[in-house]
Amino acid sequence: MSDAPTNGLPGTAERGVPGPVHHKGPGPAESGWFEPRGRGRGGRALALHRVTGLLIVVYLYLHLGVLSMLLIGRSTWSSFLSLVTAKSFLALEAVLIAAVLFHGLNGIRVALIGSGIAVNRERALFWAGFAIATAGAIFAALHVLGAL
Amino acid sequence: MSAEPEAPIGTTQVPLEQTDVRRLRVYRYERGGGAERFDEFDVPVGPHTTVLDALLWIKLHRDQSLTLRHSCLHASCGTCGVQVDGREELACVCSVHDHGAEITVEPLANLPILADLVVDMNGFFARFPHEHPIIRASEAPTGPHDGEVDADPHHAEVTLHHHPLHHQHRAAPPGADFMRLEDCIECGLCVSACPVASTSYEYVGPAALGAAERLLEEPRGVKREDVLEWASRPEGVWRCHVGLECTRACPTDAIPAERIMALRRELIFGHDDRKDDQ
Repeated sequence: MSDAPTNGLPGTAERGVPGPVHHKGPGPAESGWFEPRGRGRGGRALALHRVTGLLIVVYLYLHLGVLSMLLIGRSTWSSFLSLVTAKSFLALEAVLIAAVLFHGLNGIRVALIGSGIAVNRERALFWAGFAIATAGAIFAALHVLGAL
Repeated sequence: MSAEPEAPIGTTQVPLEQTDVRRLRVYRYERGGGAERFDEFDVPVGPHTTVLDALLWIKLHRDQSLTLRHSCLHASCGTCGVQVDGREELACVCSVHDHGAEITVEPLANLPILADLVVDMNGFFARFPHEHPIIRASEAPTGPHDGEVDADPHHAEVTLHHHPLHHQHRAAPPGADFMRLEDCIECGLCVSACPVASTSYEYVGPAALGAAERLLEEPRGVKREDVLEWASRPEGVWRCHVGLECTRACPTDAIPAERIMALRRELIFGHDDRKDDQ
């Protein structure tokens, strides 16, 4: 209950209590950037940029953890390699390449817009980056899966 | 709640025949009145019914306690901003036919709710730089010599005397492409749409930064260094993550995102004196 002075009218104390702040997003306030409803190209690019960034960070630590298996011994490493060279695992690698390409190219777009250099080219930059990332990811997927 | 065959309300003069029914899910909150909730209302709509029309119909015919704010009914005052299906809209010009059979109406995000669809705008206005003038040049009162325009249309000069902030000459360069931030109606839609304002309470937001950039264009006695110093604080232009949702949400095309980038350009590369000489 608020410490605000009351003038004796009913409901005055309740009206002194600050109301909640409505947030976008599926969860707590911090998830507001992830709200899919009502977002445009820029908002979705920002959300995808953050998601791919998190994915890359998770992969980095996973990669370091996996490399530490070399300390255990040759047989452990060899059995692990047989697992990660399976087609299903290589498909995940294609996803990682797509994430890296989008994150990097969108980062260039954000830098160009954010420094005021190419503000009016925002749309073209987004679609150019998206097209390059898609083409690169398809090429990489075909390559790692052995089709090329 | 079911709708009876009552005539739908509308702000236009065209025949108000009912053509359809929309279900509105309306956010409800009353301080001291319990938890937040959504109430559903079936509203008869005509061909020109707006979301504000529908909300007023609910208030008149279904629930008088519904709290909403509006004034001008033509997108000038900026008081009826709400989220319609998650997107920021001025309810007075948002047609129900642009949405589906069920329409969710919520208050603006990132601002404290006073009741139902009404948010407290004090925090929004407090974000503006102190130098933000109350009277804009285009609204300043005109006297015998005020507002006089130089006979040469290629170098028009307007002299404003009445307001202390306007003791100066404003020169319009030939062919000047005036931007429209002057048209910012301070509705708060940009702050609600901004994904960064969702996660950072300190961020001053697009409208305030846009107003600061406008001060650079037309300083009215304000030092540009002060404006740039204000804008370059950590919670200023550098907090923007280029989501560009503010420009998309802006109902008057005041392009706040582009203004923020212009401030950044000025901070990174310095002032381009050639612009002043044009």
